[in-house]
Amino acid sequence: MPNGRIVAGALAPHPPHLIYAENPPQNEPTAECGWETLRWGYERLRADIDKRDVDVLVVHSPHWQTYVGTHLLGVPKFDSLSVDPIFPNLFRYHYEMNVDVELAEAIHDEAVSEGLEMKMMRNPDFRVDYGTIVCCHLTRPQWDLPIVSISSNRSESYYGVEVMQEMATALGKATRRAVEQSGKKAALLCSSSLSHRHFTTEAEIPEDMSREHITSHALYLWDMQLLEMVRKGQTRQMVDVMPEFITQAKSEMDAGSFAWLMSALDYPTEPGEVYAYGTVIGTGNAVVGWFPEGVAVS
Amino acid sequence: MSHPVVKGLIVPGLPQPLLTPEANEGYSRLRGAFEKAREEIQESEADVLIVYSTMWPSIIGHQVQALPEPEWTHVDELFHDLGSIPYKFRIDSELAGGICESAQGRGLCARTVAYHGFPIDTGSVVALELLNPNNELPAVILSSNAYADRSETVVFGKSVVDALAAQGKKAAVVVVMTLSNRLFTRFIDPAEDHIHSDKDEEWNQKLLEFFAEGRLEDVAQLSREIHKQIRIPKVVNFKPMWWLSAVMGAHNNYAGTVHGYGALYGTGGAVISLTPAEAGVGVKEFDEADVEVFTGNRDVLGGSANSEARATEPAAATVPVGGSSHAAHLGAAPVSEVPENEPETALRTSAAPKPVGAYPHARRVGDLLFLSGVGPRQAADNSIPGGPIRDAEGNPRDYDVYAQTQAVIGNIRSILEATGSSLEKVLDVTVFLVDMDRDFEEFNRAYKEAFEGIGAARTTIAIRALPTPIAVEFKVLAAAGDA
Repeated sequence: MPNGRIVAGALAPHPPHLIYAENPPQNEPTAECGWETLRWGYERLRADIDKRDVDVLVVHSPHWQTYVGTHLLGVPKFDSLSVDPIFPNLFRYHYEMNVDVELAEAIHDEAVSEGLEMKMMRNPDFRVDYGTIVCCHLTRPQWDLPIVSISSNRSESYYGVEVMQEMATALGKATRRAVEQSGKKAALLCSSSLSHRHFTTEAEIPEDMSREHITSHALYLWDMQLLEMVRKGQTRQMVDVMPEFITQAKSEMDAGSFAWLMSALDYPTEPGEVYAYGTVIGTGNAVVGWFPEGVAVS
Repeated sequence: MSHPVVKGLIVPGLPQPLLTPEANEGYSRLRGAFEKAREEIQESEADVLIVYSTMWPSIIGHQVQALPEPEWTHVDELFHDLGSIPYKFRIDSELAGGICESAQGRGLCARTVAYHGFPIDTGSVVALELLNPNNELPAVILSSNAYADRSETVVFGKSVVDALAAQGKKAAVVVVMTLSNRLFTRFIDPAEDHIHSDKDEEWNQKLLEFFAEGRLEDVAQLSREIHKQIRIPKVVNFKPMWWLSAVMGAHNNYAGTVHGYGALYGTGGAVISLTPAEAGVGVKEFDEADVEVFTGNRDVLGGSANSEARATEPAAATVPVGGSSHAAHLGAAPVSEVPENEPETALRTSAAPKPVGAYPHARRVGDLLFLSGVGPRQAADNSIPGGPIRDAEGNPRDYDVYAQTQAVIGNIRSILEATGSSLEKVLDVTVFLVDMDRDFEEFNRAYKEAFEGIGAARTTIAIRALPTPIAVEFKVLAAAGDA
């Protein structure tokens, strides 16, 4: 009997600024510093995930946007250049990654059985979205684990937040079942920020931290409300408040990534581990981990 | 001077007409329509093709593709199963840079992008592959800012006209968009593709009727209603017609041709051309104002709490004149946004028109105030008393230089009084006139009425042009109020 399971779930935001500030060899531009609070938070998340002997990363990305169905990468290996369309000055990243096509197909099949429209992406020329790349790099910079990347269906634009959450919930259940049947230990990544109102101008030195702050007090209050719920293990309440949060905080959680993660984790009631909170070009970002088998690992 | 935009085109950006035209009669029809549009461009006087793509959203202002020869193999993130699109384009980098400079001069945030591997969007790739397959013309690609609404989009369009005029180029401009944009949310057999709903079809037909009659500005004025009726709100508003109308002159006098129309996975795809004509349905009563300079707040990086405090602080009452803050220098006048890194001796006031570049209204050094060039634009609405010297198409128009000069002097008075100084403390004036022969007498009359007895030195110079459509600008040196 397979003993696959989800051993970690993370809110893992994807601002390319964090990679830019880290200066890994894959990225062309270099920085002096920047966004240390979030980067150090990612370090702690990495350490906790490393303890769990993970076999595969499964990421749901707001930046692979599909309007017809939900898609999964279905090519075993990618090797290309990712240039951020919004911040090309910061992120020109050479990536090599392996895809767990077998698990991706299993999630596809389980989701179809949930009534969702699904498609495998088989085109080898396809460029992997930067939301997937950034959060996978920050979670596992060695790139020694295969990944599964799931697109975000934009049902929120077509029907509304409630329908989006219903579909993302079904996708989360399908993901959990597929992981359980795979016999693998998976870490699930919700590639998303919290509040998502950007500045529309950029500092001359992008990593000038004297210019970095939340765009408004109201958005900070929303972010803190969400994080308080995380700290109290109120994940069902978080999903309940999500429609209002998405509207009020312009959140990119309209992509369904968070509802997918909570559904896959079956709404943990233990407090999540908040590793960091910080802003990136005005948006609110938190690094958070949930560990179904407990935070402590012997 | 003739308008530099000789052709306007509207084309869909979905990849079916390029990759699978045989899969549906409508796709094939659209493919043929692209071909007709391509022939129109070839027969036009266009030197360059400018693409405004609704499928390239930007956040940091407006982005302009400037890499001379971008090359990649593109795959659409949704329709990846239709195949790959290898491309190599020829970009007019000089014009790309010029558009950015013009946009910045009109108050916008704009920048070029010139990076190998930059992800050019599907819509731009499809448009250039089908309209300009052999790179007969160089191209420029423009993003559609996600946060921009009408005024910003209109000003961006005018920036393109500025740049074309400055470089002496003529352009065919292409907007990449669908009419109704509701895709099917279930996979369909392409052979059975059709417009998503009767409602969308009826609106599309109405739009096609407008375009066929050349009523571009009418469609632009209807943009907000179109957004509500047939657009899935992926962005803040339906803006491409604002841009196209602004770049083509904001009127209804075009010869319109609908080359083809068909469904693309439920959306309404149409290939339409608009050619400037001597006559058309004429100008209607438009509700939306014309905008020359963007004055919205895009300079938001300074500490928000500090900015708010500055904006509301009753400065004269709380800070002694001569103190170290901006507010102290500016007396009781409301303070406009001040860049965080600007020296404290740089002075700004919302009582005068917002600067069109990175400069303050004035700078204090010792007991002297150095004012930046001051024109007649009004702080409240950017209108020009006496009228602009040319219309939106760049054609000369009659104007009243006496009224413009009075407005200039009024703005100078506002700046000086906001700093605690006054018109009576002006020491030296340099006057710039764009038409000395025509305007000197009337300018001099207005000047005399205001400055007689003040005893300021004056120099008057004829110049070729000013950055906005005005006839007169003053450069002033004055004594500070407490000097």
